[in-house]
Amino acid sequence: MLSTLLIASLVILSLAILGCMYRLLKGPSITDRIAALDTIGVILLSMIAVICMLLKTQNYFDIILLIGILTFIGTTAFARYIERGVVFEHGDDK
Amino acid sequence: MEMISKAGELIIGLMVLFGALVGALSAFGLIRLPDVYLRSHAATKSATLGVLFILVAAFLYFMIYLEHTSAKLLLGIVFVFITGPVAGHLNGRAAYRSGVPLWNKSVQDDLKEASKEEQG
Repeated sequence: MLSTLLIASLVILSLAILGCMYRLLKGPSITDRIAALDTIGVILLSMIAVICMLLKTQNYFDIILLIGILTFIGTTAFARYIERGVVFEHGDDK
Repeated sequence: MEMISKAGELIIGLMVLFGALVGALSAFGLIRLPDVYLRSHAATKSATLGVLFILVAAFLYFMIYLEHTSAKLLLGIVFVFITGPVAGHLNGRAAYRSGVPLWNKSVQDDLKEASKEEQG
């Protein structure tokens, strides 16, 4: 019963990633693509949680944290790059 | 006892399924909505809600059935809950400042007036 529901959720989440891929490839502006990429990261994270429950293992929890952190840092860096043209700014000693 | 365990499994499975449906709904909004700002709204809020449902279900499952209270999973829940909306906000601000136009049926743009007042 539980594994059936989990596999159905995996299929639904894969379809959601496909929908995000459409926006990632087509998106009119760069920020569309960044939002789609962020959503893909978040959905991938939840897929890994479902796979952990399906396989009854705790070894993939590290991957959940890692993907969460990488998604946030990637979105922040891209947003800064679009806003100012650079990711890291110089200090006062210009 | 057997029945309670079956009912708990059913509830956890339904929580995961609901989270997956909310995630699919956010992808649907990402495809259908007309504007960067509306799309970012769909992507940020509902994707965060869906992933929180799934992570809480996983936490409960591991705590009840495998007797393993995972601090990593709790940390992941808190991290996603904080950073998801922050990333959406940064993305929307970058879009506005880089001059992405609003949808032509939008009726209100408060940020434009606020930045005008700021510049004098």
